[in-house]
Amino acid sequence: MRTLRGVPPEAAIEVRDLRKSFGDVQALCGIDLNAPPGTILGLLGPNGAGKTTAVRILTTLLPPDGGTARVAGLDVVKDAAALRSRIGLAGQYAAVDENLTGFENLDMVGRLYHLGRGPSRERARELLERFSLTDAGDRISKTYSGGMRRRLDLAAALVARPPVLFLDEPTTGLDPISRLQLWETIEARVAGGTTVLLTTQYLDEADRLADRIAVIDHGRVIAEGTPDELKSRVGGERLELTLRDYGEEEAAIEALAPLADERPKCEHGILVMPFDQTRGDIAEAVRRLDDASVGIADIAVRRPTLDDVFISLTGHAAEQDEEGEAEQREEAAA
Amino acid sequence: MSSLALVAADTAVIAKRNLKRIPRQPDLWSSFTLQPILFVLLFVYVFGGAIQTPGYPDYVDFLMPGIIVQTMAFGGFVTAIGLSDDLRKGLIDRFRSLPMARSAVLSGRTLADVATNTVSLVVMIVVGILVGFNFSSSPLEVIAGFGLLLLFGYAFSWIFAFIALSSSSAEGAQTLGFLAIFPLTFASSAFVPPDSMPSAVQAFAEANPITTIVDATRALFVDAPAGNDVWGAVLWCVGLIAVFSTLSVYKYRRAVSS
Repeated sequence: MRTLRGVPPEAAIEVRDLRKSFGDVQALCGIDLNAPPGTILGLLGPNGAGKTTAVRILTTLLPPDGGTARVAGLDVVKDAAALRSRIGLAGQYAAVDENLTGFENLDMVGRLYHLGRGPSRERARELLERFSLTDAGDRISKTYSGGMRRRLDLAAALVARPPVLFLDEPTTGLDPISRLQLWETIEARVAGGTTVLLTTQYLDEADRLADRIAVIDHGRVIAEGTPDELKSRVGGERLELTLRDYGEEEAAIEALAPLADERPKCEHGILVMPFDQTRGDIAEAVRRLDDASVGIADIAVRRPTLDDVFISLTGHAAEQDEEGEAEQREEAAA
Repeated sequence: MSSLALVAADTAVIAKRNLKRIPRQPDLWSSFTLQPILFVLLFVYVFGGAIQTPGYPDYVDFLMPGIIVQTMAFGGFVTAIGLSDDLRKGLIDRFRSLPMARSAVLSGRTLADVATNTVSLVVMIVVGILVGFNFSSSPLEVIAGFGLLLLFGYAFSWIFAFIALSSSSAEGAQTLGFLAIFPLTFASSAFVPPDSMPSAVQAFAEANPITTIVDATRALFVDAPAGNDVWGAVLWCVGLIAVFSTLSVYKYRRAVSS
């Protein structure tokens, strides 16, 4: 990490009490964020939660109403011009010029970062190769698949080797295989020390990629921590047993009660109980049910997912689209 | 790099990008070339016989300067559509996140559109000559006329850049553009002599800058009496460019993709 003005930056992204309104819609109601250099910070929330507004402010596209934000040691308002050469942005709309070839797109971005003619071309070729686009590099990008366009978009964000990278919903709308490929690409990039702010509405994406996650809803950070910390908030592992016969629910609860602190719950023939490896194992539970002549159709150990975290924090699921309206108003106002 | 050199370098990169796109969007520019050709045929062969243009050997000699001016004005649509497209697809966001000159996206766009206008101009001259138009001035005046027309087209590109940045959609920008261009070009000396119009419309037509540009082009192409029209036309163009480039850059700084 380079130091600026002799002060070593403690965080690559440091946000304090950031606020932004569009008309009477409060998009950000004072958020705090922190990402140490070389880490991925996941910004997780439903549509309209304020994720894109935060990215726009941090990439100097939008002035904040209040609070401070420093990226790579530079203030996003006062040092905006200097900051632009130290960040890369890849958006959810895959902002590549579809009437240019892949090579022409990357070369243009390189020239606009003022890399110079030769280095810019060299960098474009290098990135095309790294993102497996060499064969398609001289084709008009209109002919690319969705996954190829996202890769090109991401490559464009990396042209100037920026120390801080912003990825705004990089995999929204991609098929599962393209998503997986893009995740691997992102992981490979951050291994080189880049700091990434990633917004997503996919919990598995945040879980897989982020070192720390800020859960954001209605313009506020409602939880912050590592994926494991967030998951431990909704309890540990649970054992889920599907009974063969609904009539045996009571018998099953009685049989398994001694294994748990709380009385197991049973609904619609599925019995759920907190499960602790040190207090007994699956074999013990099965033995007890067998002794009580309770038939088991299925048995599973379930780990809490970020979906569970999200539902317990916000009262609604992450991929619900009920906040879409707010985002539309936000765009209309801007 | 000094800031002026930076603006020039970034403008060149953006202009080059837009020039590369032109042959790859045949549907876009063919429509802006075909439409004026249809206008020429319509006015020469349908309305032309009914329009009196004393002092001109033929209606086509009166018409061509006017219709080319209208074509240059319509060239602004290419600017508007290009910018609306960039806004909608998030490219403007990308450009605004780059350490490039803030004005370069617009100056590169409008500069590249001078090339599209040049193509339209050549097409119109060829079509005009085919339907009987004759230059009756010196070659130097004809070349000056081409220069004036391209300067006027450049001014309209800036007007349309402002319209595109002020509109919420490409369709909105087009509607606004049509609403501006039709009354301005028809209530002018472009198609009929203003003295045939009712007095209120005539007063409007005589004050209309399009009339100034058209009369100046006529002076340079067919030796019509010029008065102060040529210098007036240049002044109008420079003034429009100054005003609308300032307004457009101001809008661009605040532009947000939707």
